[in-house]
Amino acid sequence: MPKTRQAISSMGIHAILFSYMVLALWPIFLTIINSFKTRKAIFRDPMGLPGLDTFSLKGFNKVLLRSDFELYFMNSITVTVATLVLVLLLGAMAAWALSEYKFKGNKWLGLYLAIGIMIPIRLGSVSLLQLIVNMNLANTLTALVLVYIAQSLPLAIFILSEFMQQIPNDLKEAARCDGVSEYTIFFKVILPLTRPAIATVGVFTLVPVWNDLWFPLILAPSNETQTITLGVQQFIGQYVTDWNAVLASLTLAIVPILIIYILLSRHLIRGITAGAVK
Amino acid sequence: MSAVGGRFKRFPHHMVVFLAPATIIYTLFMVYPLLDSIRLSLYTTDGTGAFHFAGLTNYIAIMTDPLWAGPFWNALKNNFIFFTMHMLVQNPIGIMLAALLSLPKLAGRTTYRTLIFMPTMLSVVIIGFIWQLILSPLWGVSETLLDHIGLVDLFQPWLGQEATALVTLSLISVWQFVGIPMMLIYAAMLNIPEDLTEGAIIDGANHWEIFWHIKLPLILPTIAMVSILTFVANFNAFDLIYSVKGALAGPDFSTDIMGTFFYRTFFGFQLQLGNPTMGATVATMMFGVILVGVLFYLFVLQRKLRRYAL
Repeated sequence: MPKTRQAISSMGIHAILFSYMVLALWPIFLTIINSFKTRKAIFRDPMGLPGLDTFSLKGFNKVLLRSDFELYFMNSITVTVATLVLVLLLGAMAAWALSEYKFKGNKWLGLYLAIGIMIPIRLGSVSLLQLIVNMNLANTLTALVLVYIAQSLPLAIFILSEFMQQIPNDLKEAARCDGVSEYTIFFKVILPLTRPAIATVGVFTLVPVWNDLWFPLILAPSNETQTITLGVQQFIGQYVTDWNAVLASLTLAIVPILIIYILLSRHLIRGITAGAVK
Repeated sequence: MSAVGGRFKRFPHHMVVFLAPATIIYTLFMVYPLLDSIRLSLYTTDGTGAFHFAGLTNYIAIMTDPLWAGPFWNALKNNFIFFTMHMLVQNPIGIMLAALLSLPKLAGRTTYRTLIFMPTMLSVVIIGFIWQLILSPLWGVSETLLDHIGLVDLFQPWLGQEATALVTLSLISVWQFVGIPMMLIYAAMLNIPEDLTEGAIIDGANHWEIFWHIKLPLILPTIAMVSILTFVANFNAFDLIYSVKGALAGPDFSTDIMGTFFYRTFFGFQLQLGNPTMGATVATMMFGVILVGVLFYLFVLQRKLRRYAL
């Protein structure tokens, strides 16, 4: 008897989880399949997979023809990669100094840098825009990179310093006995050891930056500097009624993130679960 | 090199080199703008663009002047509704999913976890548009689905009606972000020592009782953390409303929240000119709301719950 009851309850659990999974994936799936269909098929049979007679790439052609999609895409990649590299480098350097060296004000500096985890940078937008204009950086990707670095550093430093505190002392002391400089210790010994944490910090940095609409909208809205998120938003605003084009632009924006997610989900989930343990 | 032969023999240049770049960028592009915005909120501008110190005039205007007070209180009220929906729907579903995922010997755990988390990774803009299409009466996908389960009469253009638009947008946001409470609570549940739950099973408790009497009390600190993260994110939200409803947050401002109100005040819309000092005032009010939430979490919730956790 207990065995049958167990089987039934396990089936119930799978039924709930599976239904929720379908609910989570179905809208994304629906968007992707319909972007490959003719307009007629999109409306007549929205749930159907694209078949031989309903397959169409018209939407993608339109998106690529009528908007500078490739440019937006490259802008997003430039901004995200530049932010990522600099956040990881500067964040790791600061985290190392905070977790390794005892100096006056260490705690306060750590706290000061951590405030940004909770307070959204957006709230300073009025002054930030003035600052960017005064620096002659309006409508440049540099402006976005600088703001995103400032936005991402607090969490990056927090995670990295937690991680660096766990690096065994022997390693550092051995290097110091050899008379190696602090820079060499950091770049040759410490940085390679932080690789697991760097993957986690990387995903936490990358996703909000890639997906952001606010700062591209207020700091760099010109056509030459639009990121993919802003580009899609503007494109859809313009072609609301062209369902092929709308669905295709959504698909083009979804796919890169899905690929990155599938590649990095292990690190991301490990990062979240490890972070929550504290 | 400066540090050769011991850390403190000379001035520790390396510490400055390690700390300065991050601290400078963070201070210049995050801390300074936040503080300067608060300063700007105490000024007014005139036609020439010059700034005049005005004390609390802007704050008084925003809370009492009919031109500002109406939209301001409306946005604040809507934002609380938006937050309440997340607390009532997103976090309970997140807890439920986490509880199921953390059950012992569950097959396919990783797959469920990874796939349910997927929408959280996508841009809010994309999610907003996808749901706009799905809920559109033009496409009729939702109608067809409701028809299959015999509930077609329920179908309405939820995003277009004043009475339902805000709740619908809240639910879209819940759908996207449920992965975050799920993951954080799941991690907390994995951390519960197995002796506790196994002991209860031997005493004849079922999974349901274990959840209510053992797991739930132990994850209360995580639930508090999830709540404050939700609070900060909700009172800073903008992208979803802006991409689905535009800066006017229609119909008739029924979906206007603090983020969209801030954007309109700062940049202007239609006939109203943008007003940077008033924008700074709205931002400072948002800052105040978020700060009250964070301080409440740090000094009330966390302290109370720490006693439980021990």
